[in-house]
Amino acid sequence: MPEIPKEEYILRCTSACAGCSSSLVLRYIFKAAGPDSVLVVPACCTSVIQGIYPNTAMNIPVYNVAFASAAAVASGMSSAYRAMGRKTNVICYAGDGGTVDIGIQALSGALERGTDFLYICYDNEAYSNTGMQRSGGTPLGAKTTTTPGGKKDNKKDLDRIVAAHNLPYMATACSAYPIDLYKKVKKALSIRGPKFIHILAPCPPGWRYPSEETIEMGKLAVKTGMWVLYEREYGTFSLTGASRAAMKKRLPVRDYLVRQGRFKGIDEETIDLLQQTVDGNMERYAREVEGIC
Amino acid sequence: MLTVATGNKAVATAVKHAKPAVVAAYPITPQTEIVEQIANFVESGEMEADYIPVESEHSSMAACIGASATGVRSFTATSSHGLVYMCEMLHWAAGARLPIVMANANRALGPGWNIWAEHSDSLSMRDTGWLQVYVGSVQEAYDATLMAFRIAEHEDVMLPVMINLDGFTLTHIMQPLETVDPGDFIPPCTIAHAIDTANPGGYGTLTPPTEHFKFRWDIERAMRDSVEVIRETEDEFARRFGRRYAPVEKYRFDDADVVVVAMGTLGKEAEVAADILRDEGIRAGSARVRWFRPFPAIDFGEKEVVVIDRDYSFGYGGILARELTAAYGITPYSVIAGLGGQEVTYDDIAGFVRERRPGGEFWFGVSD
Ligand SMILES: Cc1ncc(C[n+]2csc(CCOP(=O)(O)OP(=O)(O)O)c2C)c(N)n1
Ligand code: SF4
Repeated sequence: MPEIPKEEYILRCTSACAGCSSSLVLRYIFKAAGPDSVLVVPACCTSVIQGIYPNTAMNIPVYNVAFASAAAVASGMSSAYRAMGRKTNVICYAGDGGTVDIGIQALSGALERGTDFLYICYDNEAYSNTGMQRSGGTPLGAKTTTTPGGKKDNKKDLDRIVAAHNLPYMATACSAYPIDLYKKVKKALSIRGPKFIHILAPCPPGWRYPSEETIEMGKLAVKTGMWVLYEREYGTFSLTGASRAAMKKRLPVRDYLVRQGRFKGIDEETIDLLQQTVDGNMERYAREVEGIC
Repeated sequence: MLTVATGNKAVATAVKHAKPAVVAAYPITPQTEIVEQIANFVESGEMEADYIPVESEHSSMAACIGASATGVRSFTATSSHGLVYMCEMLHWAAGARLPIVMANANRALGPGWNIWAEHSDSLSMRDTGWLQVYVGSVQEAYDATLMAFRIAEHEDVMLPVMINLDGFTLTHIMQPLETVDPGDFIPPCTIAHAIDTANPGGYGTLTPPTEHFKFRWDIERAMRDSVEVIRETEDEFARRFGRRYAPVEKYRFDDADVVVVAMGTLGKEAEVAADILRDEGIRAGSARVRWFRPFPAIDFGEKEVVVIDRDYSFGYGGILARELTAAYGITPYSVIAGLGGQEVTYDDIAGFVRERRPGGEFWFGVSD
């Protein structure tokens, strides 16, 4: 197990909801990145979690930017630091909406240009900041304020879009597995060029489960295969942590769905579709692990 | 050095001389030549900047914001649809008090597609907190670009500056250009509020009304202070390099009974029109507004005023005419001319003056 630094860069005065797993994610990212880092944050819950001017709950410079611009701001920042001969970590921390929807153009551009930065998408599967509307990251069947009858479309496969940019390092992680997450951030920051980590971050008010169950919810996502932990290092794929066990034996997705208010009233047909998607994805990953693509 | 160049080349050369650390750019006609030139300068090693070929204008301004936030000098250029696509980021740059310099090749907005000169693009951005200067010649495009860096980065200003040049009529026209060695005319870029990892803080954090209000007032205060910084910079430029500019370029103005007010290349044409009218016995002059933000002080006295707007605020009027009325209580003859690159000659301008109707509005080539 890695030595996790004792230093805290996220102070005990955030405005996050009780049980917010995204704040936990941030805590480990900061620990892995250390103080010579700048966090670039587009409009999202994180803009609020920091607290209100002139106070800040973050003990690292946080640059708040317009919704669609995070990866592009990071490009400029990274260029400037490299021009100054500095190694300062430039880390974007954006929600699923700011990544898979409005920010995808800037993200794609920065990845294509080989920007030396780490882009982290924390995925709470909705626009939480504006009160739980659907995003491209919302899964099929989930109720949001703009999909009151349950979402009719599938979750956008962000990772395959990102992978198509052939970046040196990309990974997925989940707030319920902080050691796995910490190691991935550390590794990402040791590599030059564009890095990407997609982190599932359950959100109690958005998903409608009691806040003390936030870790369990993340674990259920991984154990059912609704979320898969992996790494893609210079193109080489490997499952990590609990997803290795989930590859062999999984809980049914139903176990995950019934615990969340957002899936209340979901029909059998949609559950079947979700189960089929999970099984299909797992087969695809298994083939990749064996080197058959 | 004396040479011949287009307006675009003049801007690119001035940018090279100002030595920005980062240039982020996206092409759009008629600005494209600027970013191509800069890319060539960087490629050939003539310029040391990091050139970021971004995927959109929203991102070019965002990248300049990111670079500037670290404390270095940054530049971009755009036009028309590119400018309005950046609108959100223009507010961000000014609000974050980042001294980014940008050239805008003035061009109409679609539909229909029109790539020719019009000031509606930049004037629709007038309330973003950017300083705006409109130039009238290739030489002035170069000089204004050099000065823009010094003005933007002055500690009393710390606001972005937009240099506006008419699409094609200035971006693509060849005129003599004398370049200079700016030496220490542009001091090294220092941004007191640049990100400092040794002293972490929140930038652009959620800000309550009272503080927000103070920040807006600070921007206004910087706009007001910029008047003096512009004057000082233009004086220093004249002292060092021999070319003198003012926020409003007056021509045969003082003893004139009637003056034509315009911006950009039409402001230059108005000077020729004044000569023609003087030959006819009409005591005419002109005032070419260069700095539109901060808005310049002009004493019209008892003079009649004819304003030419290459822009329009629908449902309201010519923007320059309306702003002059609001600022000085004058009743100009408002001429709307040159939209979408419509040709307007000095003879046409002389005609506007001969047929003027104070308080009236005339759409050249459309109504009478
Ligand atoms: C151009 C623009 N459109 C809309 C908004 C309003 N807005 C702010 S945050 C947000 C949703 C953010 O969702 P996500 O990226 O998933 O992050 P989360 O709030 O879930 O943390 C929206 C729609 C905005 N700030 N800017
Ligand atoms: S809404 Fe969700 S993501 Fe946002 S602060 Fe609350 S728990 Fe965290």
